[in-house]
Order: sequence, then C-alpha cells, then structure tokens
Amino acid sequence: MDCAQAESLLDIYLDRELDPVRSLEIEAHLRACARCAQSRSAHEALRRSLKADALYFKAPGALQRRVQHSVRKAAQAETPRRWLSPSWFKIAAPLAAAALVVLLLVPQGPAPDELLTQEVVSGHIRSLMADHLADVPSTDEHTVKPWFNGKLDFSPPVSDLASAGFPLIGGRLDYLNHRPVAALIYRRDKHVINVFVWPAEQNSASSAPIKTQQGYHIARWSRAGMNFWAISDLESSQLGQFAELLKSAPAWPG
Amino acid sequence: MGGQDKLARFEQAILPHLDAAYNLARWLTRNDHDAEDMVQEASLRAFKFFDGFHGGDARAWLLATVRNTCYTWLQQNRRSQTAAVFDEEIHTVETDAANPAALALKSGDVRVVRESLEELPEEFREVIVLRDLEEMSYKEIADVIGAPLGTVMSRLARARGKLKAVLSARLKEKL
Repeated sequence: MDCAQAESLLDIYLDRELDPVRSLEIEAHLRACARCAQSRSAHEALRRSLKADALYFKAPGALQRRVQHSVRKAAQAETPRRWLSPSWFKIAAPLAAAALVVLLLVPQGPAPDELLTQEVVSGHIRSLMADHLADVPSTDEHTVKPWFNGKLDFSPPVSDLASAGFPLIGGRLDYLNHRPVAALIYRRDKHVINVFVWPAEQNSASSAPIKTQQGYHIARWSRAGMNFWAISDLESSQLGQFAELLKSAPAWPG
Repeated sequence: MGGQDKLARFEQAILPHLDAAYNLARWLTRNDHDAEDMVQEASLRAFKFFDGFHGGDARAWLLATVRNTCYTWLQQNRRSQTAAVFDEEIHTVETDAANPAALALKSGDVRVVRESLEELPEEFREVIVLRDLEEMSYKEIADVIGAPLGTVMSRLARARGKLKAVLSARLKEKL
C-alpha cells in the first residue's frame, strides 16, 4: 500500500469500517511510514476534539415529558370511541365470536421462551430509561464479581472485554424468569449491552441463533452451567461477535 | 391495532432515543428552542407512521424522521436566516497546516470546534454528527440520510476535510 492509498483509506480504517485484509495492509504501512503515522494522529485528534461532552446536546428533561404527553394524546385520539354504535357492534360481534373460537381451540398462551424474551426486552429498556443502568458502576471485573456475593445464590462469571472494544461498565441485580439474576453491562460506542446471567438447569453447552424483538437483537447461550442472554440495539453481527468473545473469554473466575 | 398497544410499543422502541433525536435536531437547527419543536413534531410524525416500522434499528428510523422534519423547517426558514454560504475559496484545505484539531484540543476550546462544525453546510454537518458524535456505522448513517454507502463515505471524507479547514482558519484568527 502506498501513501496515497493509505491516506484515502485512513478515515475508513479509523471508523472501523475497512475490511480486515486492507486493515492489516494499512497498519503495516502506518508502522513503516512516519508521514502517514503523523497524519493518523492528526485524524485522531480531530475525532477526539469532537468527542467533547459539551458537543453532544442531550434532550432536556422537560422535552421528554412534552413528547410523552403529546404522543399519549395522539394515542387517545386514535383509540376508537365508536364502540357504542350499533353498526360497529354488527361487525364486532362475529369477530368476537370467531376470536372466542380461536381462544378455545388454541389452549396455551405464549410459549415460555416468548415470555422470557419479552421480559429480557423489558429489562433492557428499563435499564436504559430509568437512569438505573448499574448498581455497581465499575470497569473492573474484580470489583463487579464480588459485588454479587450475598445478593445472589450463584456467582456469575465476569470478564472485561475492553481490549476487544466492548468495555465492561458495571453490574446490576435484575429479576427474570421468576428469579433474581445478574445483569452485566457492557458498552460498544454508544450502544449498551445487557447480559443477563443465571444458573441453567442442565450443564450442557448450547447456543441459539440471534433473534430480533422490537428492534433489539438478542443472543442466547448456555455454558458452564449458566444461561446467558445478551441484548442490545447493536447490529446483530456485532452482537454475535460480542457473544463469541464472551463465550471464549479466557478469564472465568469462579 | 389499538392506540394504547401502539403507544406502549412506541414508547419502548422510540423514547430511549430522544437524546439522539435532540442532538441531531440541535445541530441542524443550531438553537435550543427550534430543536425542541423539531423533536416534538418528529415524534408525533413517527408515532403516526409507527405501524410502518417493523422492528429493526429504531434509532436510525427515528433520526430519519427528525432529519426530514428539520430539512422541511430549514427550507421554510432559509430566507430569514443569515445567508451562511460556505465559501470554498476562503476554506481551502491547507495540507501543510499544523494539526488544527490538536491545537483546538490543546487550547481546551470546545467552542471553536462547535462553531466550526456549525459553520459547515448541513449535508456535511449531519454526517459528522451521526458518525463522530452519535457513533453510528456507515450503514446506519446511510439509513438515516437515505443515501448509498458510497455517498456516506465520500461525504464524510469531504466533511472532515472542510471541518479541518474551518478549524485552522478560526484558530488562525484567534492567534
């Protein structure tokens, strides 16, 4: 790779959007070429200068309430109020009868897996909304792991994946599947990843394909006698990468 | 679908991204008051069309709506604004210029960075906001601005070049 190519690909490389082969090539060039290495620091400085907190405008609290209020009003306007009118009843009565038949024919409610998925999604959203992401905010696995002692009847494995771009940012107690569970919080850029961990009934290792619910991706696997459910709005390929890293994390304290 | 059910799903999917919505609107309108109006209007519009949202990236979906709302507003208000025509002559990129961003960082002056970014035309300002502030992938940015990936890359490259040029010019003024 020559300097002109390196310069034109530098931004894409720093954005982590360059394919692996050319990433290796540009890294080799940057090691060998002082001028391009200098250019890299200039590019990085520009990025850093944009990361200042003062440049990110967070929504004022009043705006959140204002939006919620007006959307709720719009929702009320959409809810049909014609349920008293006879013409509506004429359509609704057969539909209701049909629904009753369906209910009688299909005895069980949502599958347990569906319910758990819904619980995981709700748990994730709650953690983001209520400003209650972490009970123990810490990037140190040796702080997060002991924190769960005495709060849970199991000890969740905790590993920091900061070196791979998924820093641990803390832990939290949550409640899922009718039991208290450990929630480990990781971050990728601005995306939060919640990993819910609790003891599995069987000791066998297994994993399921990534599924999507309400725009969130969920990776599930079992390992070393524990169930893991990782959820995030991260792109599914990146969440898959995260799951693989966690499965093969070298440190499995406890 | 009942309004209440839709409301619950909307609040779950969309409200967590209100900061992102406000940040983009604030950078496009360049003032607090209009940014709040834009987010409010875009949220209502998003709610109205929420039936058309079939899962996927809720943040990109909301930001696309915020962006459209802002652009409509910008078109209507363009005349009353001071003509912010970006002068390519003044802002030629000096390749030998000392590292302007490093200088800005050293001087600890976030304001220079903010003013420089605000000075860029919207099409360049928004890709920098989405990439460097919102930390979106090229794919997500493409979804928000409704352009192909190649356009995202080339626009981002030009935007960064321009930002660097404006930063140098402003820092030189100060010295």
